[in-house]
Amino acid sequence: MVMGDLVTEVDVAVLGGGPGGYSAAFRCAELGLETVVVEASKRLGGACLYEGCIPSKALLHVAAVLGEADRAKEFGVDFGEPRISLDPLRKWKTDRVVGKLSRGLASVAKAKGVQVIGGRGAFEDSRSIRIGGDEPQVVRFKHAVIATGSLPAEPSGLAITSERVMDSTAALEVPDIPERLLVVGGGYIGLELGQVYAALGSRVTLVEMADGLLPGADRDLVQPLSRRCEKLFAAIHLETKVAALKEVGDTIEAAIEGQDAQAFDRVLVAVGRRAVSDSLGLETTKVKLADRGFAQIDERCRTSDPHIYAVGDVTGEPMLAHRAMRQAKVAAECIAGRPSAFDNVAVPAVVFTDPEVAWCGVMESQARQAGRSVKVAKFSWAASGRAATIGRSDGLTKLIVDAATGRVLGVGITGPGAGELIAEAALAIETAVTAEDLALTIHAHPTLSEGLMEAAESLLHGGDK
Amino acid sequence: MSRTFVLPDLGEGLVEAEIRNVLVKEGDVVREDSPLLEVETDKAQVEIPSPFAGRVERIHVQPGQTVKVGQPLVSFGDAAGASTPTRPAPVVAARAPAPTELKAAIAPPVDGSPVAATPSTRRLARELGVDLRAVHGSGPGGRVTDDDVRGATGKPPGTPPAPARAAAPAGPAKPLAAVGLEPPPLPKFEQWGPVERQPLSHLRRTIAERMALSAALIPHVTHFDKADISDLNAMVTRSFETAKQHGITLTLTSFLLKAAALALQEYPQFNASLDAGAGELILKRYCHLGIAVATDRGLIVPVIRDVDKKPVMELARELAALAPRVREGKATLDDLRGGTFTVTNIGALGGTGAIPIINYPEVAILGVARGREEPVVRGGQIVPRTMLPITLTFDHRVADGADGARFAQAIIRRLEAPETLFVEW
Repeated sequence: MVMGDLVTEVDVAVLGGGPGGYSAAFRCAELGLETVVVEASKRLGGACLYEGCIPSKALLHVAAVLGEADRAKEFGVDFGEPRISLDPLRKWKTDRVVGKLSRGLASVAKAKGVQVIGGRGAFEDSRSIRIGGDEPQVVRFKHAVIATGSLPAEPSGLAITSERVMDSTAALEVPDIPERLLVVGGGYIGLELGQVYAALGSRVTLVEMADGLLPGADRDLVQPLSRRCEKLFAAIHLETKVAALKEVGDTIEAAIEGQDAQAFDRVLVAVGRRAVSDSLGLETTKVKLADRGFAQIDERCRTSDPHIYAVGDVTGEPMLAHRAMRQAKVAAECIAGRPSAFDNVAVPAVVFTDPEVAWCGVMESQARQAGRSVKVAKFSWAASGRAATIGRSDGLTKLIVDAATGRVLGVGITGPGAGELIAEAALAIETAVTAEDLALTIHAHPTLSEGLMEAAESLLHGGDK
Repeated sequence: MSRTFVLPDLGEGLVEAEIRNVLVKEGDVVREDSPLLEVETDKAQVEIPSPFAGRVERIHVQPGQTVKVGQPLVSFGDAAGASTPTRPAPVVAARAPAPTELKAAIAPPVDGSPVAATPSTRRLARELGVDLRAVHGSGPGGRVTDDDVRGATGKPPGTPPAPARAAAPAGPAKPLAAVGLEPPPLPKFEQWGPVERQPLSHLRRTIAERMALSAALIPHVTHFDKADISDLNAMVTRSFETAKQHGITLTLTSFLLKAAALALQEYPQFNASLDAGAGELILKRYCHLGIAVATDRGLIVPVIRDVDKKPVMELARELAALAPRVREGKATLDDLRGGTFTVTNIGALGGTGAIPIINYPEVAILGVARGREEPVVRGGQIVPRTMLPITLTFDHRVADGADGARFAQAIIRRLEAPETLFVEW
């Protein structure tokens, strides 16, 4: 430490202002700990609010409205061709959606007495963080929480400097509606943004290295989404790599394996995210990093440095805001001396495409791989009254239970609203209910939620035979 | 011959520990039992002594590393004193007490699946220090219920976790939950010598529970002072024979009771109980004082009613009748209930002062030690005076130090001017 440094002494310093960071800070403040958040942008919300969950869902809502309007032709309602004005669209997304939530978080921080220091922070040792920028100072802490999150990964082969090659952050700004868009990566980010641009009118070509979209998810859950994408997109190339990108005039020329060179107006590279753990000065602490730069933590979200905790994307997969928020509360409670632990059984995952795909707990493919004895029940939405009324019989609800006890281990849902429907599944898995419990619980008719009850009933009746 | 020392079984179902500090360097020659490593488990920081005497050949771990039981820590080269190879060392010097005892060792789940229990049950298990994986689930699908978890602590199902909560009177709203203290597991004393286990008597158990409750629940403050009781002593001596003729054994205690009762009228917050649940102070418009009596079986606190309304001679008569009844175990329940404030006089046994524990749910307790003749400066002269050391211990949630000092003064003022105890103000 240098003489003349402005030193702030706090109980807890949180590095990063995303969902993990602000949740940790808010919980710490509730527990009576003096807490500051160090965030380069000086605004709370992180990637989730400014370049991820929230803006992408706003754009997907636009895509859904466009899709519904188009589908309305089936039952004799024709709105005509949509006219899309990008300026009002961007303004709505930025001001009315993101801006509103951002102001809300700032006022919560104020109400809870959490100070946000604008600047990049780096550890100086296990008890202090040096912050540069407009508010230079040293924060001395009793405990710190690393919540620095993740950034879009940049595959080295595709790293060219062109504003036509976008990562998800740039694509969410919707600089224009490219006539021809190449999406590299068939994971949830590529699919969500690919569908947004397809709905806005782009001809989308999607390239994925694996042999199917959404690698890792059960194939039967992905199938309705694949079918929809085949209709929406100009082309989907599976088990294919993009070898190189080259800027040629106003276009990007892509060398796609097994294809002639093709020109695109824009390219979205969405091949995953990487942890932000470099340049944090972690070498001055006892924090240990594992593969891919993830901070190693225990059940209490504590790193190998007893004063330092870590939550969220920087601690590894699944990189989901709701996981970070739960970890954040665990870390805060442990810092406050409470016997808390991240012992959650299920972290729901939702892909907000059309149709939505959501799952949580043990997937069928995982259970089979691990050789676990499970029973699987599927309920096709072709048999659902509610699905018929909205013209969406392509959905599927799938239930995976322990063969011996009937305990619900996993649920997968594909179809409109799957992201909302999965909440019941998360509760069922987390509270260890059995298929019988689900079958005996009255689900409102006609709703899509009946699918879970129906699937559970089919298991019970299977047992009666 | 090289010998390797592995992480010993740490007991209590712990399977791993984090190395905090390595206290030796490669090449060091260490004696048996000299400190080798500091490790931290989920429950405690523990110093691991060397099981061997010898030269440290190789250190396999570094600070911050997490090691499993059985994993090599340090290898020793040949040195004086051959010993058995690869032996785990006994673990001593647990510094941080464990929150609670684990009743069973960890049984690794067969298929790696999480324990069937709701998140709230899992939290309860953490609070009670119960390893869920070792609990048999009685619910549907093998689900572990709250009662199963409580059962695993050895308490009957339905018992609230904290003894403080269990013994507290049923009140509305916010219980003082933070007190929940489970005693940490005791070491095996047998390892140091023979022991004998004696069951606690009912009275001993009651005292233990009530004292632990009070000490855990009430932030105690004690104010010390001395009262000059030379005049009071003289008065007792003068009146002793007269009282005797009326069948009364006059003692200091009856004057203490009277002085306390009068002071309590002046400072009613000490004649009260705190209702923490309601956030209210319950002031009692009656003055029943408990008086601590030592018996062969243990401490008993009979209560004398309406002390403020009775003359000192009457108090002395009641005391004289009550004390033998209590010592003979003939006190009725009514003799022992309804106190608002307690006086404990340990003077008969000597001592210069003691800090008693408040008789929960009262707010304060007056302790007096033995009055002794002391050199006291009065008007520049050293004079012999009989000084009575008193301690006023009170609940800091209800009153502050200044209140306690004033209340103590109010008692002392009366003891120093004993005539006031007869005219009562």
